Parts: sequence; C-alpha cells; structure tokens
Amino acid sequence: MGVLARAGSVPLERSYAGLTCKPDYDFLRPPEVGMVMVQGRADGNGKRFNLGEMTMTRCTVKLADGAVGHGYVAGRDKRHAELAAVFDALLQTDIQSRIMNEIIRPLAEAQKQRRSEKAEKTAATRVNFFTMVRGED
Amino acid sequence: MYVAVKGGEKAIDNAHKLLAEQRRGDTNVPELDVAQVREQLSLAVDRVMTEGSLYDRDLAALAVKQAQGDLVEAIFLLRAYRTTLPRLAVSSPIETSEMNVERRVSATFKDIPGGQVLGPTFDYTHRLLDFKLLADGEGTEPETAPEQSGPIPRVMNILTDEGLLDESRTDDENPVGDITRDPLLYPAERDVRLQNLARGDEGFLLALGYSSQRGFGDVHPFVGEIRMGEVAVSIVPEELGFEVEIGDITVSECEMVTRFRGSKEELPRFTRGYGLSFGYCERKVMAMSLVDRTLQARDMGEDLTSPANDEEFVLSHSDNVEAQGFVQHLKLPHYVDFQADLVMVRTMREKILAERDKAEKPKTEEAAA
Amino acid sequence: MPEFAYENISPGLQHPVLDSQRIFRAVLLTMSRPGTVTVLGNWPAPPSPLKPAAASVCLALADLDTPLWLESTIHSDIQTYLRFHCGCPLTQKQEDASFAVVMDGNDLPDLKKFEAGTEEYPDRSATVIIQVRELNVGRGVTLTGPGIKDSTKLTVDGLDSGFWHEFKKNSERFPLGYDVILASDTEIASLPRTVRVEV
Repeated sequence: MGVLARAGSVPLERSYAGLTCKPDYDFLRPPEVGMVMVQGRADGNGKRFNLGEMTMTRCTVKLADGAVGHGYVAGRDKRHAELAAVFDALLQTDIQSRIMNEIIRPLAEAQKQRRSEKAEKTAATRVNFFTMVRGED
Repeated sequence: MYVAVKGGEKAIDNAHKLLAEQRRGDTNVPELDVAQVREQLSLAVDRVMTEGSLYDRDLAALAVKQAQGDLVEAIFLLRAYRTTLPRLAVSSPIETSEMNVERRVSATFKDIPGGQVLGPTFDYTHRLLDFKLLADGEGTEPETAPEQSGPIPRVMNILTDEGLLDESRTDDENPVGDITRDPLLYPAERDVRLQNLARGDEGFLLALGYSSQRGFGDVHPFVGEIRMGEVAVSIVPEELGFEVEIGDITVSECEMVTRFRGSKEELPRFTRGYGLSFGYCERKVMAMSLVDRTLQARDMGEDLTSPANDEEFVLSHSDNVEAQGFVQHLKLPHYVDFQADLVMVRTMREKILAERDKAEKPKTEEAAA
Repeated sequence: MPEFAYENISPGLQHPVLDSQRIFRAVLLTMSRPGTVTVLGNWPAPPSPLKPAAASVCLALADLDTPLWLESTIHSDIQTYLRFHCGCPLTQKQEDASFAVVMDGNDLPDLKKFEAGTEEYPDRSATVIIQVRELNVGRGVTLTGPGIKDSTKLTVDGLDSGFWHEFKKNSERFPLGYDVILASDTEIASLPRTVRVEV
C-alpha cells in the first residue's frame, strides 16, 4: 500500500489504462479528503506529541467478485486514492501476481531510484575532514 | 452621542477588487503559478506549512500566492482551511532516526557515525546578491557520490550511552495532549508545549531563544544534531486495525544539548531541548529547541528568572494567528468603546479643572482682601 | 483487533456532505425544540438491530474524536459498520463515551454512568441515542423547559418506564448531565438535559 500511496495518480492512471480488462467496482466509501494528525516524539525517541496535520485522501472500493481494496494516500488527489484502492483490491484477486510483477514492482523500483538519486547528491555534500599541521611544536 | 450605523458593503467589495488587482501586479509580467511558488519559494512554503500546522505543499503555495507573499497572512489562510477538513486518523509517531537524511550536522562531535552531511544549506554562501539570478541564470547540476546505506545513528546516543544525558522516556499508554482540541492549561506538559512551539511564530521563538543565549536565562547550548530529510508517515485506520504507509513528508529536527550544573543529589550532566518542524525550517527548529529547554526549567528545579522560562508568557504569545488577530482587530471600528473613553476623559478633566478653580478662587479672594 | 468482514458491509450515507448537513439540521431542530419529532428517512440500511434513524445520527455526528459506546453483546457487524463509516473508536466503558447507542429502549444500561461533563466544561458530556419502537407527539409525558412554549407531550413506545425517573435526576444536575436522542426506525426526538419531565 505504501508503494501505491507514493505513486501519484499519473503513473497509476497509466498502469490502469494498461490493464487488459478493467475491473467493475463500487464504492464502499467514495474518495474523501481529510487530515491525519502527525505525531513526533520528544527528543526523537521519547514521549509522543502532536506536530501538526497533513492532508490525506481515503477510498474503499469493492470489486464485482467481492474483493475489497483500500486507498489511503497523502494529499488531496481523489483519483489517486480511488486507483490505489482499486489496485489494492486487485491484489486480493487471482491476478495478484500479475499486478505485483507488472505494476507494483516497477513502481517500487522507480521510487527507489528517485530516492537513490537524491541520496547520491546528498552524499556529495558529506564533509571529509583532514588534519592540518598540528600547532604543537 | 452614539448612532448605530451600517454600510460600507460597496466599499468592501471594491476593496476586494482592488486587492485582487494589486496581487496580480503589472499584467505585462507573466502570472506566477502555484507550482512555481511550490518549487521555487519552497522555504516560504515550508514555513507556512509548519506554522499553518498543515502539511500540503500545494495548499501552502496557494496561500503564499494569495497572500502576496505575506507569510503570516498565508499561515492564517492555511489554518482557516484546515478547520474545514475532518481528521481521519492520527499517525504513528514518525521515526526521525529512520530518516532519509538530506542534511545532518553536529556541532558537538566532529567524527560521528554517518558523518557531517551539509545538504542544501545557506551556511557557507557569502550572502552576496547573485546577479546571475537576475539574468535568468540556470542552476548548476549538483555533484553526486555513492550513497550511504542504512539509517544514520543519533548523535545524542553517544552521550546517553555514557550516562551524561538522561534517556528520554517513552510513554505510549497515556493520551497525547492536543491544543487543537483542548484549551491550553498551565502548568503545561511537554507534549503540549512542543505542539505549541511547533506551530509557534518563528520570529517570536528566535527572539526568545536569542534572549536566553544572551543571558536572559541560564542556557549554554550546543547543537547536538540537526537533521532534515524525508520520513514515512503511517496510520492505523480504525477500520483496518493494521498499519499502512500513506506517503513521505520532509521534516527538520534539532537536538540542542545544554550543560546542567547538577545539585546536591544530582551529578553534573547534560540536558536537552528538542525542535521539530515540517519541511526545511532549520532556524525555526533551532530556536524551538532552545525554548523547549528554557521551558524545562521548572521540571529541573531551576530558578525561573527570564521571559523564556515563563511558560505562560511563552505559550500564550507564540501563536502568530492569534497574535495578529488581537493586534489587528484594533483597526476595526471601536467607535463606541472610544466614545466611552472620550466622555470619561472629558468628564475627568472638567471635574479636576473645576476643583482646581474652586481651590484657587478663595486664595485669590484672600489675596485681594 | 478483530478481522473485519468487509464483503458484507452495507454502504453508509449516499452523499456524505449533504446528508450529514441534513441530519445535523434535524438533530439541531429536535435539540432546540425538545419534544419535536422529525423524520430522518429510511436510509442508510445498517445491520440489524441498528435502525436507519440511529445509524444516520451516528454517521453524521460520530468521528475519530468521539468514542462510541455499544453494549458488549452487540453483533460484530454493527461494530464493523460504525467503525468503518464513522471512523470512531468503540468503547465498552460508559464513562469514556462521547456517544452511546442503546439498541433497545426496554433494556437500558445504568444511564447515570454516562459522562455528565464538568463544571468548567459541561459540554464534555455524552449524548445517548436510545432506540425505541415509536414516537408520537401529544399524550404521554409532559415536557417543559427551554425551547418548549408552555409545555408539550410526548408518547414513547418501547422505552423502559424507569427511564423517566432516571432522566428527571439527570436534569436536576444542570448544567451537568447527558443528553438523549430517542430514535424510532426512521424518526428522532431529543431530550437535552434542560428538559423537565412530568410523568
């Protein structure tokens, strides 16, 4: 679900367009925009406190064959939440492994790639100390 | 005399239209779009999200555009918007120890596991205006180096391992205070104080932190660690009962370490202050961590000598939406209030002058006699 | 945490925003005019024995911030339904509840255990929704108090007769006290703590 949440509606829309047979589905709960209170910990690992809220959209769908899927995605993109729910539902059906291999894995790979690129740029700003002549004599 | 009046509706409508025109500025200059604000004024967006207490880059960018760059006004807009949304869940506490670090420095130890990682910082710029930007200068492509793998350990662990710093206690049983739901009561617990400071005005906290460093307070701080980067946010929906990740957010964190001289019972050691914000708000989290420490004075049995130690003073005045509201309401019609003052001052003057007259008359009569 | 059987979950409100506003308006009306009976309609279709009227009040009012009390014996379908559509935590401790649903007015819990608020915050009290068979204006108990011109009468079918005695004691604690919403299958009437009853 984390991969679907991070994907954004554009790549999900593309993946959905690529599905050979589109599933029939109903909303158990139509896409709804709301907030999540984000908690942190004092000193990074101590007592919890409320940092502030973030926007989130959720959606629950039910496929014609009865499989239920949930989408919980950061932001206010209703279509994103809907597609995330549809793919989550498809992952409960017998085409699970196809969805996993053809859609989820490539998305996860792309997300990993994006993180790596950022991490490489960050790594270039790491300080390498070298000792100057010591002023001891 | 006071006469009730109404009106001004037309004037207000026209003022809105004029405001819209002023916001747009010269129409020969292309209009700023929200994506440009989001991408190119990202630190303004970060501040608005933090103090507006709502993480949503697009909305914060829209607020900045609508407020013509007035950040306190933009924060107000975002705070107003957040009241229209239902709260659907509370996140699991974010794990800043697992952060995908984009910046991480320590001023207390040079060689730390994970190293000093500067990231995108103003610190070593010369603060010279860059005229290349005036002439559409495109940025240079950053360098890359092999990425470091795995989470970076916290610097403060070095001190806690040696017993020089108290381990922070977790408490996941008791409910967490929430100033958006319950009114602030004094004395306030640390969870409530941190929430208040996280939404608090950067300028106010900066000044208070500064005052404590200059001697209004007994703080001798060092930056134990600053980090900025992305963390995952997870929720456990009431209806699912298991944890799901909903995405990543960027946060800034500062841990400030301060000497504590100890007491008869306690050995000298270090204490700490904590700062956390949405986005990249380094100055804010540094100031916040200073003030978090000064507000722990009561818990540590220190003398409460300075404004930064006074939690009611600090927490009641930190919110810029409240502060600007109360200050700015003064320009709204106070015709009746002022009329009352006017009548009172006039009457008092007349009374005093009359008494003076009375007191002086007999004297002059005596003198004449 | 129990596993939820989503396959059988029935839908909530059709138009969450508009329906919530309509239901809220109806609750507001009955709270400000105690004794008034108003129709909420024959939707949604919650799992039995929860009825449409009580369910819609929950869907409109209960959320993450309002723990909802249900009898411990209640069927898990109802728990799943309310949790899913309201997102509200369920509790079995009466004193923790912001809302409570009593499925059968003839089988009341000990009402005085519900939160009555505090002197500083009398609003931090529970609202108890009690399902009854039928509500009718005229005849029955006499109600007086704020929002009622002179007095009004309300007949409630399917409510334990001990209720009125209990509610009398509740309104004597004003400004403290819980508030009650009586719900038939499709209608509601409200008894805020300000109401004085004469049986």
